Amino acid sequence: MTLFYGTELSSRLMLGTAQYPSPEILMDAVRRAGAGVVTVSLRREAAGSRAGHAFWELIRTLGVPVLPNTAGCHTAREAVTTAHMAREVFGTDWIKLEVIGESDTLQPDMFALVDAARILVEDGFKVFPYMTEDLVGAERLLRAGCEVLMPWGAPIGSGKGLNNLFGLRALRAHFPDVPMVVDAGIGVPSHAAQAMELGYDAVLINTAVAKAGDPAEMARAFAMAVEAGRMAYVADPMEMRDMAVPSTPVIGQAVL
Amino acid sequence: MQILVNDQHHDVTAPTLAALLDELGYDRTARLATALDGSFVAASRRADMPLHEGARIEILAPMQGG
Repeated sequence: MTLFYGTELSSRLMLGTAQYPSPEILMDAVRRAGAGVVTVSLRREAAGSRAGHAFWELIRTLGVPVLPNTAGCHTAREAVTTAHMAREVFGTDWIKLEVIGESDTLQPDMFALVDAARILVEDGFKVFPYMTEDLVGAERLLRAGCEVLMPWGAPIGSGKGLNNLFGLRALRAHFPDVPMVVDAGIGVPSHAAQAMELGYDAVLINTAVAKAGDPAEMARAFAMAVEAGRMAYVADPMEMRDMAVPSTPVIGQAVL
Repeated sequence: MQILVNDQHHDVTAPTLAALLDELGYDRTARLATALDGSFVAASRRADMPLHEGARIEILAPMQGG
């Protein structure tokens, strides 16, 4: 059992809610994924607009726990203010903390991330930091009070999969008891299965589902991959070897 | 009084943040979050939050996110 700030999720698949062709397809995808969490955000609202209200009603209908993000923030101050706004609007102290440091890769700014995390933990937030696979940064985030880590697989929306297998394996090994979620860069279900086989506790997917030709069907495929990857991790996979080892017994083999 | 709301210029008479939302026509029952000059202002504090010339106000609502 994995607890995220004391909460056991119904599924190890977390799903983003952006970029779907329609609200109906989004709802279908969330249901077919059996998502344990959906991520949400905040944007400017014009007077008289009902867009925010309509989205809020959709989320309530789904009945899935929400994880608001601070997407688009480039400084610790912006992220802290956005987190407070999200807590009031969504009624949760969970926050997926994003502080972007580089615009081509949307790479997290680990320095500002740690600063923001420290402030938000003191303000009572349960912080899910979107981070690189940096071991020292992870240590700082844990020291700041984060109880979950969310390393990237690859740049957001790239679909490249797990760019740094060694780094992700090392991070998992260094902090075996910390709930960790691979967030961003996953493109196909096999990437998600690979993250789970490494021992990650969950994956967060958005673009790979939303931009699929059939998002709901892809959501189901990801759900199956996450489950398969987790089962494989628990079942303790064999060690990889460089040389062949016969699987058929050689004892008693005929000499012809 | 000239202020910026979501990066748009407005000339308003509202003395407080709560009055501003009414003056601009925001629905009082809507799920909105506000910030003044980059700092969060809780809904419960809007009625007591005075505006000033050149104030920068952000009014945000739920939206899809990844």
